[in-house]
Amino acid sequence: MVRTFIVYVADHPGVLNRVSSLFRRRGYNIESLTVGHTHIPEVSRMTVVVAIDAQGAPLVEANLYKLPEVLHVDDITSVPSLHRELVIVKVAALQSVRPDVMRVVEAFRARVIEVAAESLVIEATGPEDAIDSLIEGVRPYGILEMTRTGCVAMTRGNAATFTLEDRSQKTVGSSWHSTNLTVLRNCS
Amino acid sequence: MKTGAQIVWECLIGEGVKHVFGYPGGAILPAYDALCGYPEIHHVLVRHEQGATHMADGYARAGGGVGVAMATSGPGATNMVTGIATAMMDSSPVVCITGQVGSKFLGTDAFQETDITGITLPITKHNYLVKRAEDVAPTLRAAFHLARSGRPGPVLVDITKDAQQSSCEFVGSAYSPFAVTEGNQRADANQYAAAIEMINAAERPVILAGHGVLLSNAMGELSEFAESASIPIAMTLLGIGGFPASHPLNLGMMGMHGEAWVNHAIQEADLLLAFGMRFDDRVTGTLKTYAPRAKKIHVEIDPAEVNKNVRVDIALLGDLRRVLSRLIPNLARSDRQRWLHYIDDLKGDSAVRDIQKLPDNGHLYAAHVINDLWRETNGNSIVVTDVGQHQMWEAQYYKHEKPHSLITSGGLGTMGFALPAAIGAKFARPDSEVWVVAGDGGFQMTMPELATAAQEELDLNIAVINNGYLGMVRQWQEFFYDRRYSATPLLSPDFAKLAEAFGLRGLTARSREQVAPAIREARQHRGTALINFMVEQEDAVFPMVPSGAALHQMIRRPSPLVETAAEA
Repeated sequence: MVRTFIVYVADHPGVLNRVSSLFRRRGYNIESLTVGHTHIPEVSRMTVVVAIDAQGAPLVEANLYKLPEVLHVDDITSVPSLHRELVIVKVAALQSVRPDVMRVVEAFRARVIEVAAESLVIEATGPEDAIDSLIEGVRPYGILEMTRTGCVAMTRGNAATFTLEDRSQKTVGSSWHSTNLTVLRNCS
Repeated sequence: MKTGAQIVWECLIGEGVKHVFGYPGGAILPAYDALCGYPEIHHVLVRHEQGATHMADGYARAGGGVGVAMATSGPGATNMVTGIATAMMDSSPVVCITGQVGSKFLGTDAFQETDITGITLPITKHNYLVKRAEDVAPTLRAAFHLARSGRPGPVLVDITKDAQQSSCEFVGSAYSPFAVTEGNQRADANQYAAAIEMINAAERPVILAGHGVLLSNAMGELSEFAESASIPIAMTLLGIGGFPASHPLNLGMMGMHGEAWVNHAIQEADLLLAFGMRFDDRVTGTLKTYAPRAKKIHVEIDPAEVNKNVRVDIALLGDLRRVLSRLIPNLARSDRQRWLHYIDDLKGDSAVRDIQKLPDNGHLYAAHVINDLWRETNGNSIVVTDVGQHQMWEAQYYKHEKPHSLITSGGLGTMGFALPAAIGAKFARPDSEVWVVAGDGGFQMTMPELATAAQEELDLNIAVINNGYLGMVRQWQEFFYDRRYSATPLLSPDFAKLAEAFGLRGLTARSREQVAPAIREARQHRGTALINFMVEQEDAVFPMVPSGAALHQMIRRPSPLVETAAEA
């Protein structure tokens, strides 16, 4: 069973290491982990996809909250949400098969972002299973190189899971302890 | 303007720190130089940085507040690792301050550089690398707050040499610790109502009292809860002292070396009330058959402990003392005499067993030593134990009436813990009698700290339970490895002579009639005294739940108790 967590963290050096170290130590198997800035200053957002059952999910959340730099955790597995992944794939495409490759690209609404003499670089964004299908579609022509970003996710609807206001009011670490974010700022 | 080094000490003073256990070295030299300007801090020079962390830990556990250990970079910092892990596993509030190479040299494999924040990441509540003098005060303030708040634990602050040397604005008198917050109480009213209904409906409830009782200072509430509802209490090793041993509702220690009636009561209970304990494998036995008929209510401050090992029916998250205060007014019945009588019957002969009355067969048993120690000290001493057989015998035969009177490494099981932790405990409670109870194996791991005790002119008492083996490992080899005593026979120095070499008093007891006089002599001695108790070599701790067995499937004591395994 795969579950998806959205994790807001203070944008400090080493935070990614703390999160990944936690997953390693507790034996939680990470399927994918992405991290980047948000519109909120000093706050980064991770999407973590973990292979874990429903019983284990609250423990993942509770353990994340034990890291003082974790500001907010959402298990969005059973919440209607948008999941997207980006893939860039370099496909062997001699002139003879190029039209066939292009048909696959169109079918999956992917884009060609570079055309070389004997290859095409294709970019696609979509849910994980759509990306999987695209890759299977071009595989027969020969994949020369490929990179996937891993899943990023966001819940549907109006509600935001974590806001600028939360950042200024939120105590760090939930019930584990309550420390204002200012405590942690300046200290990497 | 103050230097970062000065700010370190100003912050410690602001946090109420009076003792620091440490060892100087290159990268922490500026802090040690600045120490000369702060005579209100008593610095204890240890003999190994592991000792410093255990001392800070023992200091905290004895009730001294957050313990502070200090060391230099590289090997100084890595030597602290075992002590930090020990404090982490047993939720002990410790702040470790380490020097680090100058910030310009970070990542260059400079002399005595090590990535101590990386190394200690999984064994601290949190850690910090400080590279600017301006960050020293806010970081230490956060570190102390983290160490003591919520579920306590160790925090490490690594400060580069240039951060110690450079200066910034700092007003010591403006420094104040973060206010202690009790954290959110997340359990809602419905959960409380359900818990109360469950408790009032229970016919055979048992309270499992853990370290959380002591950490949340919930001794009074625990007592009130148990008495008003007539519910017996089983103790974890680290819970011992949280409820008086002589109280009729105190069943004693549960788990691998708990008495049979305690484990049977847990297995036959219809409700387990887990108060500040975490269902460690040493107290549950195999989970498949653990308390199969019992509903479970878990009162716990750390949400990550709920449903980790044992699935519970209700979790009440928060500070134990506050949760109990909320439950107590709703306890509706105390008619549990049948259950209490039933447990009394389980005790059978063993309940009235008084090892003092067993005839002297010429052998000296560790149980007798502990029993005599308990009698001679009227059960009033702080006892700091190491890890192994003697630790279990102490838990069984020294009846602790008061909180914080047993200090021991439970979760990590750190051999070598006792002597340094006792030194820390003595600084926290200088007016209390402090006994070290250690085996001949563990004692040798940290015995250089005898020099620390001597230099500090401490009045400690040390009982080395010397059986010539790594006893607990030998016991497992005897029971589970066909008596192949692989690497467990142990040659030791003459501990009494060793103590004398450190300028301390050294005594030896070889027979039962020598035990009490030796204890009396050690107690009367002003200064540290060590007694080398030459005990039966192949004695075993009973009862014992073999690893992986059900909690009620114990290897019972041979009868009479004191037969050796060899004679049995």
